[in-house]
Order: sequence, then structure tokens, then C-alpha cells
Amino acid sequence: MHLDLNSIWFVLVGVLFTGYAMLDGFDLGIGALHLFTRTDQERRVMLNSIGPVWDGNEVWLVTGGGALFAAFPNVYATAFSGFYLALMLLLASLIFRAVAIEFRSKRPELWWRRMWDISFAGGSILSSLLIGTALGNIAWGVPIDAQGEFAGTFLGLLTPYPLLVGITTLALFMMHGAIYGVMKTEDKLHDKLRVWAMRCIIFFVICAVTLSMSTLLYVPHMAARVRENPWLFTVALANMLAIANIPREFHHGRDGRAFFSSCAAIITLMALFALNLYPNMIYSLPAPENSLTIYNAASSPKTLGIMLIIACIGIPVVVAYTVSIYWIFRGKVKMDRMSY
Amino acid sequence: MDVLTLSRIQFGATIAFHYLYPPLSIGLGLMLVIMEGLWLKTGNDLYHQLARFWTRVFALTFAIGVATGIVMEFEFGTNWASYSRFVGDVFGSALAAEGIFAFFLESGFLAVLLFGWEKVGRKLHFFSTCMVALGAHFSAVWIVVANSWMQTPAGYHIVGEGLKARAEVTDFWQVVFNPSSMERLFHTVCGAWCAGAFLVVSVSAWYLLKQRHVEFARASLKVGLVVALGASLLQGVTGHTSAQGVAKNQPAKLAAFEGLYQTTSNAPLVIAGWVDEKNERTVGLTAPYLLSFLAHNDFHAPVTGLDAFKPADRPPVTASFLFFHGMVGIGFTLIGVALLGVWCLYRGTLTQRRWLLWLLVFSVLGPQLANQLGWFAAEVGRQPWLVYGVMRTPEGLSAVVKANVVLTSLILFTVIYFLLFSVFVFLLNDKIQHGPDDADLTPAGKLALPEHQSH
Ligand code: HDD
Ligand code: HEM
Ligand code: HEM
Repeated sequence: MHLDLNSIWFVLVGVLFTGYAMLDGFDLGIGALHLFTRTDQERRVMLNSIGPVWDGNEVWLVTGGGALFAAFPNVYATAFSGFYLALMLLLASLIFRAVAIEFRSKRPELWWRRMWDISFAGGSILSSLLIGTALGNIAWGVPIDAQGEFAGTFLGLLTPYPLLVGITTLALFMMHGAIYGVMKTEDKLHDKLRVWAMRCIIFFVICAVTLSMSTLLYVPHMAARVRENPWLFTVALANMLAIANIPREFHHGRDGRAFFSSCAAIITLMALFALNLYPNMIYSLPAPENSLTIYNAASSPKTLGIMLIIACIGIPVVVAYTVSIYWIFRGKVKMDRMSY
Repeated sequence: MDVLTLSRIQFGATIAFHYLYPPLSIGLGLMLVIMEGLWLKTGNDLYHQLARFWTRVFALTFAIGVATGIVMEFEFGTNWASYSRFVGDVFGSALAAEGIFAFFLESGFLAVLLFGWEKVGRKLHFFSTCMVALGAHFSAVWIVVANSWMQTPAGYHIVGEGLKARAEVTDFWQVVFNPSSMERLFHTVCGAWCAGAFLVVSVSAWYLLKQRHVEFARASLKVGLVVALGASLLQGVTGHTSAQGVAKNQPAKLAAFEGLYQTTSNAPLVIAGWVDEKNERTVGLTAPYLLSFLAHNDFHAPVTGLDAFKPADRPPVTASFLFFHGMVGIGFTLIGVALLGVWCLYRGTLTQRRWLLWLLVFSVLGPQLANQLGWFAAEVGRQPWLVYGVMRTPEGLSAVVKANVVLTSLILFTVIYFLLFSVFVFLLNDKIQHGPDDADLTPAGKLALPEHQSH
């Protein structure tokens, strides 16, 4: 892998989507666990734990979409028009969860709060599943014709392997969210979340093992690069260590470290995915020669260069104030007049 | 209906709905900066109460703006895939830059603006408010640049042929400063300021009518009216620049705006009237020479009519004409309303004139309507082109998306947006009925301390 502009942008788009998974991952997870809580107070704490940050987290997705459009317009066009209905469902569920967070606490009536609780949880669960299923399809391969257009159907996207990736993603986000929740809460809710987090970890580990085995057995091209370059096995190893470290740290009550391990697990998973996909962006099956790659789907070198300058100016600034904002809102959730 | 019609309806409807909210965020963003700035400067806690109340309204509009914006970000790919392939090299950069420079800034500091009132000091809070407002303005910058490039493409060349043809950047700065981007940006931003200012004016006038929160309402009204007057005057000025730009860069669009079929010297301006498409003429009240003057700064200059264009290259005339005249009419009305309001405020007679207060209450609809009409005029007037003079609208469609699928998503979004809008109105009304919080008259937490003691 030599580092040309196309590869740099492959990495940068990957970084944006990984950032999304790591950050929005925990608030999607909080959403997926939301209905397990019982009292209104608990639900408010759940919402307020992600209150100041969820919107910024979602911007990673938006910017990832923009970067994909700018750097690899053919991928943007083919994937989004090809996955049309799935994408519309994803957008609808993201809308519902976004407004639910904002609207729920605005009225005291029970039915009002129920309605937004359901839409928050439903939206979070559905978006996690859809995001995972889309990734699964890209790993498995989708039919692409000689014009670079998607040649399959909506139902054709719902095959077992992609669905397994979808469920694993949901499990991952729930685990990630539960650990985040443990860090942000106190007392009874904290204890409950601790129990759920343990269950989520188990659920995730089962999914992850199943997924790894299915990938090795049924999707050999998604393990090819690692197989050919033994030193890349360190990434897979790091991934396994990160996952194994989560229950260990968590068991010792070192929640912060468990959360960082969970972040590391997400990063290494995305890295494995990207390493094996490279240089393809959308793998074509059954005709691999039609695959969209970082070369045949990219913008001109000039645009990639300009965008790199934009990214170099923008990303450090973004990271700096994102970190400061997480710092300002560190610690356990305290309810006050401004809370949801 | 075919895919093309459905996709156009869907795009038009979703963007129109999105555009109900960003003008409010941009405009209210500016109002928040002013109000909080006044508080820091004067130390009068009434301004603190103002800033707190309007922040809550801001949060509401912002949430829906975000939720509907995400749809827009992906809709180019879903419905206009061929367009996306063709322009990605040029157009995508602006969207990516919007994400990096605008949305991150806005959403990041929003956390401090909304939840940080009692967690951070006054200066840091004010700084965050400024950053949120700046972020909102930046998103207007990049999206208007992207859209203006579609109106007046520059700084690119076409590479490849047939299906493989696409636009590639040759000069980034020419893309950003394309012939129409700056004038349209100023006009759009002023339009957003109008939206924010008139919302403040409207709610305050209503409190005054109902004799509620009088002190709060007076202060709020004063700030609102002053900004409303400035913004609506600027709106006329920047609109005039925009019109001259359209005359130069998109003569077919200007001809459609004015319903001008024959190229005419000493062209008259239609103040109000209608287009008789069958007989290719426009009738109504006209002001002689004025169009020539407005378009070219010369009472006698010839103005290009639709006859200079093949019928296949003409935009829909009646629609463009009505949208454009609607906007301009509202523009002048708003200037009148703002002038009247400020005058009576200055004379101290405003609160006795109930009819004027009622007028101010309803004035909030003006900018919203004009903003919508303005975009519809700009976009419909661009037809039949998707990228002006380069790509026609039907050529931009997604090849693989079928009509029934678009119909499904169109119905889905119609239902969701209808729901969202009802909830928005309901909650906005709730916020207004509830009014400002008395507790906000005494700043608490770190904010209670003047800056030099809060460290
Ligand atoms: C508060 C809203 C508002 C008001 C009162 C006005 N406008 Fe406007 N106008 C807009 C909001 C707007 C807009 C929504 O911001 C548009 C749509 C696209 C754009 O660039 O700005 C626009 C577009 C637009 C265009 C088309 C630009 C293009 O197609 O590229 C022209 C020629 C004008 N305006 C001119 C005027 C004039 C002469 C006005 C008289 C006072 C006026 N506008 C009032
Ligand atoms: C926010 C205000 C906007 C409104 C109300 C608006 C309105 C519309 C309408 C009504 C159409 C359909 C026109 C027709 O088919 O006759 C349209 C089309 C379109 N607009 Fe806009 N628009 C807005 C902003 C933008 C921006 C900022 C962009 C790009 C950055 C954009 C890109 C497009 C595209 C790609 C189409 C589809 C092709 C077409 O029908 O021409 N629009 N818009
Ligand atoms: C087709 C064109 C458009 C696209 C693709 C688009 C995209 C988006 C996206 C993705 C968001 C959510 C950002 C977040 O998560 O924080 C958003 C919000 C926003 N957009 Fe748009 N937008 C479009 C048109 C416009 C126009 C024409 C303006 C203003 C002139 C505008 C101004 C804003 C602002 C200020 C926000 C922040 C949220 C809010 O204030 O409501 N957008 N937009």
C-alpha cells in the first residue's frame, strides 16, 4: 500500500466513519437501552447523559457523507441510489431519534413522553441495524453492472451475512452505550446499567465470534489481505485484546478504561474492515471487475489535494474543541433547569 | 407520475421544509449574540432573561433544522446520482467543507450555549454563543456557494464524453467566488436575519398586546425592530445586486421573472400583474424605463427577452414571475412595516397603536414566505438546467431508482414532516405561552459573578 492521494482519502473517509461509530455509537446504544429503564427520572438521566454531545456526534456522519461525495462521487452516487429504500429508512429513524431527544421533556403528559421514548429507542435500534447491514453488504459484495450502477434489489440486501453484521453492530453499540451510561450515572440506575453492560458484553462477544467465523468461512476476500501479510495480523490481535480487555477492566470497576477499550475495539474493527476492502470501496459480486475502487470512483487529484488542505486546517480545530466540550461536560449527569 | 417529476417534487418539498428552520437559526443566532452582548456590556439582567428565553426557542428550531438537514445531505446521491457523478469533483468539496467548518462548530458550541449557562463563566459562554452563530452563518456560506455554482458554473472544465463526462475543478477560488455566489450569499443571509428579527418582533408585540411580561417584551421588541429595519433595508439593496447579476449571468431567468417576452429597450418594470402565456405577453401595472435601469443602471438599455431563447431553453414563466413578484412585494412591505414600527417606537406611541402591534405579530410570516418564494424563483428560474448551460435536469436523475420507490419515500417524508411541523408549532406555541422565566432575572451559578470574580 503506497500512500497516494486516493489512499489518503480512503483513510480519511474511514476516519470520519470510525469517528461516527465511536461517538454516535454510544448514544445510539443509550437509545437502544432506553426502554429498559422504568421511571421517568431514569429516562431523563439517560437522555441527559448524551444531551450536550449527540448532535456533534451525528455531524461525523454528515461530514463523512460530504467527504465521500467530494472524494469518491461514484461511490456516493452508486451506494445511495442503490440502497435507496434502506437509506430512506435510515434517515427516517435518525429524524425520529433526533427530535425525540429534543421534544420528550417539553411536555409532562405520560402519553407524550411514551411516544418519544418509543421513537427514541426505535430510531436508535433501527439505525444501528441499518448501518451494520449496509456495511455487511459492502463486505459481502453487491451486484454492480458495467456502468458502475447497482444492479440488485432492496430485498437482495437482506441476506444472512449482512444481517449478522447488522446485529453485531447493534450489540456493539449497546455495549458501548451501556459502558458510557455506567460512567455517567449514579445510584440505582448506575447499578442497573452495570448489569446490562455485562449482558451486552456477552451478547457482543457471541456475535463477534460468530461473525469472525462466518467471515473466514464464507467471505474469504474479507480476510485475504491479512492472510497474505502476516504482520497485519497484529491488527486482528489488537482487536481481540481490546475486546477481551473490556470485561476485565469492567469487572475491576475501571469503567473509563473499559470505555476506552470499547473505543479501541471499534477502531480496530473498522481498520480490519478497511484493510481487507482496500483498494475497493464497493466490492462487486458476482463480477469483481466492476468493483468501485479508490481509483475508478475518485475525484481528480486536484480536488483530492484541495480537500486535503481543507481537512488539514479543519480537523485539528474540530478535534480541539470537541475535546474541550467533552471536558466541560465531564462527570456524572447532574439535573438542573437546563436539562431535558 | 414519472421518476423525474416525483424526484423534483421530493427534492423541492424536502428542501423547502428544511429551509423553514435554518433562517431562524441564523437570524436568532445573531439576535442571541446581540442580546447576550448587551447583557455583558450593560450588566442589566433583563438582557440575560432575553438571551435565555430566545435560546430556548433557538434550540427548538435548531433540532428540526438538523433532523431535516441530514436528509438533504444524502438526497443528491439517492435521487440525483448521475448529477452527483457529474459534479462530485466540484460540488462535493463545498458540502464537505460545510461539515468540517460549519456543522462541527455549530453543534459543538451549541452544547455550551444550551447546557453551559451555569457551568462556564460569562465570557466563555458569550464566546460559545458567537461560535454557534458563526457556525450557522458558515453553513449558509458553503451551501450557497454550492448552489451558486449550479447557477453560474465557473472554475471547471469537462473531462470525458457521453456517460463518462464529468466536471473537474481547474480553479478552486473561481468555484468559490463564482459570478453569483457573493451577491446571493449576502442576500440569503440578510433574508435569514429578517426571519430571526421578525420572529422576535412578533412574539414581543404579542406579549405587549396581552399585557404580559411587559418589561421583557419592550426590551425584546426594541432589539428586534432595530435589527428588522436594518436587515429589511439591506435585503432590498442586496436583492437589487442579485437582480443585476441575474440579468448579466442568467438573462432567461430575468426575462421569466419579469414575464418579458420581447427583447426591449426602455423596458418597463411590472409592479403587479400576470403573464398571459398563450399570447406571450404580460399585463398589469408597469413603471416605464425602470426595468432597464434596475438591470443595467441605464434607463434605455435593452433587456433580453424570452424570444432570444429556444422554447426548450426557457424556464416556466408564470411560476417564476409569481414567485419573484411575491418575494419583492413582501420585501417592500417588510421595509414599510419595520419603518413604521421604529418610528412609533421612537415617538413612544407604539404600545397605544393596537393595529400596529397586530401587524407586527403577523409580520413573522413575511420573511418566511419571502425566503421560500425567493428560493423557488431562483430554482425554478434555473430550469430547464440543473447546472446552468451545462446539464439539463432530467440528465441528473438516478438511473436505477424506480418511480414507485420514490413515491414511497415521498409519502414517508410527507407524513413525517407533517408530524414534525405540527409538533413544532405546538411546542413553539407552548414556549411562547409559557413566556420568559422569572428565575432568569437573577443569573445563577458561575454566571452570577461578574467576570473578574468568576475565575
Ligand atoms: C426575507 C426574505 C427575502 C426578501 C424580503 C427578498 N428576498 Fe430576494 N431572495 C431571498 C429572500 C428574500 C432568498 C431566499 O434568500 C433568495 C433565494 C436564492 C437566493 O440567493 O436568495 C432570493 C433570491 C432573489 C433573487 C434571485 C437570485 C438568483 O436567482 O440567483 C433576486 C433577483 C432577488 N432575490 C431580489 C430581491 C428583491 C429585489 C427584493 C426586494 C426587496 C427581495 N429579493 C426581497
Ligand atoms: C433552501 C432553499 C431551497 C429551496 C426552497 C429550493 C427549491 C427547489 C425546488 C422547488 C426545486 C425544484 C425545481 C423544479 O424542478 O422546477 C429544486 C430543485 C433542486 N435544487 Fe433547490 N432549493 C433550495 C436550495 C438548494 C440548494 C442549496 C441546492 C444545492 C446546494 C439545491 C439544489 C437543487 C437540486 C440539485 C435540484 C434538483 C434538480 C432540479 O429540479 O432542478 N437547492 N430546488
Ligand atoms: C440541499 C442543500 C442543503 C443540504 C445538503 C443541507 C444539509 C444540512 C445538514 C446535513 C444539516 C444538519 C447539520 C448538523 O447535523 O448539525 C443542516 C443544518 C443546517 N442547514 Fe442545511 N442543508 C441544505 C440547505 C441549506 C440552506 C440553503 C441553508 C441556509 C442558507 C442551510 C443552513 C443550515 C443551517 C444554518 C443548519 C443548522 C441547523 C439549523 O440551523 O436548523 N441549509 N443542513
